[in-house]
Amino acid sequence: MPLTSVPHPGDLAHDEPRPYLWTMNFGPQHPATHTTLRLVLKLDGERVVDAMPDIGFLHSGFEKLGEHLDYNQYVTVTDRMNYVSPMANNVAWHLAVEKLLGIETPPRCQSIRVIVAELARISDHLLCLGAMGLDTGALTHFIYAFNPREQISDIFEALCGARFTNSYTRVGGLMRDASPKAIEMIRDFLKQLPKTLSDLERLMNRNRIFVDRMKGVGVLSKAEAINRGCSGPIARASGVARDLRKDEPYLNYRDFDFNVCCAEGGDCYARYLVRLAEIRESLKIIHQAVENLPAGPVHVAGTGRGQSHFRGVDDDRQNNAVGAAKIGTVPRVILPDKQAVASTIEGLISHFELLMANRGFQTPCEEIYCATEAPNGELGFYIVGDGTSRAYRARCRGPSFVHFALFPHLIRGHTIGDVVAVLGSLNIIAAELDR
Amino acid sequence: MTGSHIIQQLQAAVPNLTASEFRGQTRVVVPVESIFDVLKTLKEKFAFDLLVDITCVDYLYYPDAENRFGLVYLLADAETGRRITVRCFVNDPEPTVPSVVGLWEGANWLEREVWDMFGVRFDGHPDLRRILLPEEFTAHPLRKDYPLQGRGERHNFPVITRAEG
Repeated sequence: MPLTSVPHPGDLAHDEPRPYLWTMNFGPQHPATHTTLRLVLKLDGERVVDAMPDIGFLHSGFEKLGEHLDYNQYVTVTDRMNYVSPMANNVAWHLAVEKLLGIETPPRCQSIRVIVAELARISDHLLCLGAMGLDTGALTHFIYAFNPREQISDIFEALCGARFTNSYTRVGGLMRDASPKAIEMIRDFLKQLPKTLSDLERLMNRNRIFVDRMKGVGVLSKAEAINRGCSGPIARASGVARDLRKDEPYLNYRDFDFNVCCAEGGDCYARYLVRLAEIRESLKIIHQAVENLPAGPVHVAGTGRGQSHFRGVDDDRQNNAVGAAKIGTVPRVILPDKQAVASTIEGLISHFELLMANRGFQTPCEEIYCATEAPNGELGFYIVGDGTSRAYRARCRGPSFVHFALFPHLIRGHTIGDVVAVLGSLNIIAAELDR
Repeated sequence: MTGSHIIQQLQAAVPNLTASEFRGQTRVVVPVESIFDVLKTLKEKFAFDLLVDITCVDYLYYPDAENRFGLVYLLADAETGRRITVRCFVNDPEPTVPSVVGLWEGANWLEREVWDMFGVRFDGHPDLRRILLPEEFTAHPLRKDYPLQGRGERHNFPVITRAEG
């Protein structure tokens, strides 16, 4: 788009020329855009008459890359989508791949994935809440919220060696099992976070300045939320009681006791409260998962022959799945550990069967959509398998993309100071927005 | 209402509709002429009120593919969480499908992204511009005949200097 804003039909609420309107550029580099996104605002004095989002600054062709990287390699790219909660993206990607392959991971793997996904949710919500405070002028709140994020990074480091770009999951398992030390760190974190949460609540929930900036700003009705495809905390703040962890339980979410947090206001304050409440529910889930962590392997059972992990073997036959969809054999999906590669012929064979260019995963020629409840909303992958170890198409349905389209609708009629409040409450992550 | 029930009713209205099931997901393939009506029926009659995603797949190099582009509409019911996938196929030249912005406001950006990445036109879209790529871009990069490294756009990208800006 050229640097001068051109009014487009459909962008402007009114078509008649209004020469007294000011045009203001916001972003792409501005602290309150959090990352790189640009808005062209039409102003009548301090009122925002219209906003035209201009996105794509962070477009890096993730979906094209997904067609050239294999199912394990691509997890490193998903880290870079929503980099505030990369673990949630890792889990979402590999769940989709496993659904395509028809694998069910063992209970320990599922529990650990639930733990890391919920930690990612807490980390994402903390950043969002902190930034909402920061954007409306409360720096202390941001620092209070950022401190526990540091602890979560430490836990992730203990789990997988990386603080930020985790790439922790693998097809059919995890990079490695959770160590007792990591579990101990999670237990410590569970003890400490409630205190921080109550600090945050006491700082902001009844803070006059904050509430005035948030309440009644950017109101989204329930009907609009559904019509515009909202999901996650934004939809729930508008009264849409939809949570994929409850509605279509993936992993072992159905074993945990937690509530779906909803509000009815649909404004920035409601979105703030829903996120805050969700942190407490995530704590409940992590607590249950850590205390009842099943023993056993974190990978699907070995290679070659063994018990079948196919849920619907008959489905596979009907759908002409290529490769090893036969009763009694497990497709090779997980790399054997290095000890096995070095000391056994089976391990060596399995290693090369997965890594050689003309071998790899055997996928059905099928298409699958698998969605998870990411911190920001529904994060889904639409994968088209073509029999090779690379996805033919790896579509990522990121919540930020759908939610940012709401922005002009939410901001019309508010003042220019509310732009950052609404932007903060939507929690737009530009890397996921542009992919 | 179960998935098979919905498909039976849809098949009564649209005769050449094919349905399949894979890992518990219901998918229907409809001819492009009736895609709008099918989506409208699903929304208004069967309460699939949430448009989750619109995306496209370029089947250029896909084994045994007959058509070039496959449009994918993922619908869900916000109340019960049921899902259905609706697909239709379009071909070169000028692949075009009717826009569903009239049904779901949320389709606006999703359709713009498909246009941007695949060059599939949406008839009746209020504002069909590129969304992620710059206006000057000429190709549609998620098409299979577009190379991963690009066609030199990066090197020839217009640079605005400080003096010009």
